[in-house]
Amino acid sequence: MTRDQARSHLVDVLAEIAPEADLSTVDSRAPLRPQLDLDSMDFLRCLQGLHARTGVDIPEADYPRLGTLDAILDYLVARAR
Amino acid sequence: MPSLGADMEAGTLVQWLVKPGDRVKRGDLVAVVETQKGAMEIEVFEDGVVEQLLVAVGARVPVGTPLAILGTGAPAPSEPVPPAAPLPAVPRAPAPWIRSSPSARVLAASLGLDLATIHGTGPHGAVRRVDVASLRPAPAARHGFDPAEMRAAIAAAMSRSKREIPHYYLARTIDLERAMDWLAQYNASVSITDRVLPAVMLVRAVARAVAEVPELNGFWIDGHFQPASAVHPGVAVSLRGGGLVAPALLDAAEGTLPELMVRFTDLVTRARAGRLRASELSAATLTVSNLGDLGADELFGVIYPPQVALVGLGRVHEVPVAVDGMLAIRPVVRASLAADHRASDGMRGSRFLARLDALLQSPESL
Repeated sequence: MTRDQARSHLVDVLAEIAPEADLSTVDSRAPLRPQLDLDSMDFLRCLQGLHARTGVDIPEADYPRLGTLDAILDYLVARAR
Repeated sequence: MPSLGADMEAGTLVQWLVKPGDRVKRGDLVAVVETQKGAMEIEVFEDGVVEQLLVAVGARVPVGTPLAILGTGAPAPSEPVPPAAPLPAVPRAPAPWIRSSPSARVLAASLGLDLATIHGTGPHGAVRRVDVASLRPAPAARHGFDPAEMRAAIAAAMSRSKREIPHYYLARTIDLERAMDWLAQYNASVSITDRVLPAVMLVRAVARAVAEVPELNGFWIDGHFQPASAVHPGVAVSLRGGGLVAPALLDAAEGTLPELMVRFTDLVTRARAGRLRASELSAATLTVSNLGDLGADELFGVIYPPQVALVGLGRVHEVPVAVDGMLAIRPVVRASLAADHRASDGMRGSRFLARLDALLQSPESL
């Protein structure tokens, strides 16, 4: 999976959970959830959607490593088969 | 027109989901109503057959107005059979014979659908009711949701609360190390699709604790406290675009925690899509407001009348605490209770927070 593909998956998933979210306005190195107003359920649904689309397993223990947009994309690219 | 909140005076009928002749069971969705809180689906409270719809789509009527007449479906025994109408003199072209069930014909007629155009899945291609029902147009989500109207509804309810309810406030810091460890272990043992959020574990603990302090679970109506027979916590859900609703997570003390997670997810998702059911808006017996992990440490709520208590939960965060004479770092939540002093006293409120704490020390029993 390329970084662009990972980003495209994230855009698709966010369209369902936070329709008004616009990734192009996001600071990719600042905490993502406050920027997009994602609560813990939104975030869980987001990870579930990414898992369904990419097959990447995302254990809860890795949540602290998924704070920013850059970190999430790096994580997906590194973990995708 | 049911009341979907203490502050609701009228509602607009947006859509009928049933037609005359439809047989309905208690709990079936029969109509969509627009209120200040957005569109709500109205359930029927009795079994029966819809005889007549009394309110037209688009009409705004006061709370208490009959919306439809429901009958038993049995023909009135004493009513004489009317004489058959004379046959028209001019023979009409016979309609092509379509195999179909009687209820499919009635439904198709009420929807203005031609049976001949419907693909039947019954024996010999007969059109069944379900074939017709599948063509019924789905109601659009969020009919004309207006954030300003919702703001006005919140303003009315909260002003009434502060005018009428003598609130008292209590708080307790609850050590969540056992609960969070137990939940992390559980979540590591299941698929990502089955994970349970801390918010669900907390609302379950609140439901179990309040069942032991019934003075906090119910309504203050006409100068008296009326305890509720079940625990239906209203869970405050903030909406994208502003405002919030607190639909009831029905019977939150019942079932397993993973089942409650499924129901909680469904409730929050529908709340945000404007697809709540009327019963979910009027059934809450107390309110739980959880600020979530990005929120403040603590909140003191404003009770939603005619309820008599609101439980506030701050974010789960780590703090230094004294444990057995030693300093330790523990995840804690600051739990608060805003309660109606007409219905309960501080001793009983304290008892609730103590029970909440105790229950969260045995997370496996939740």
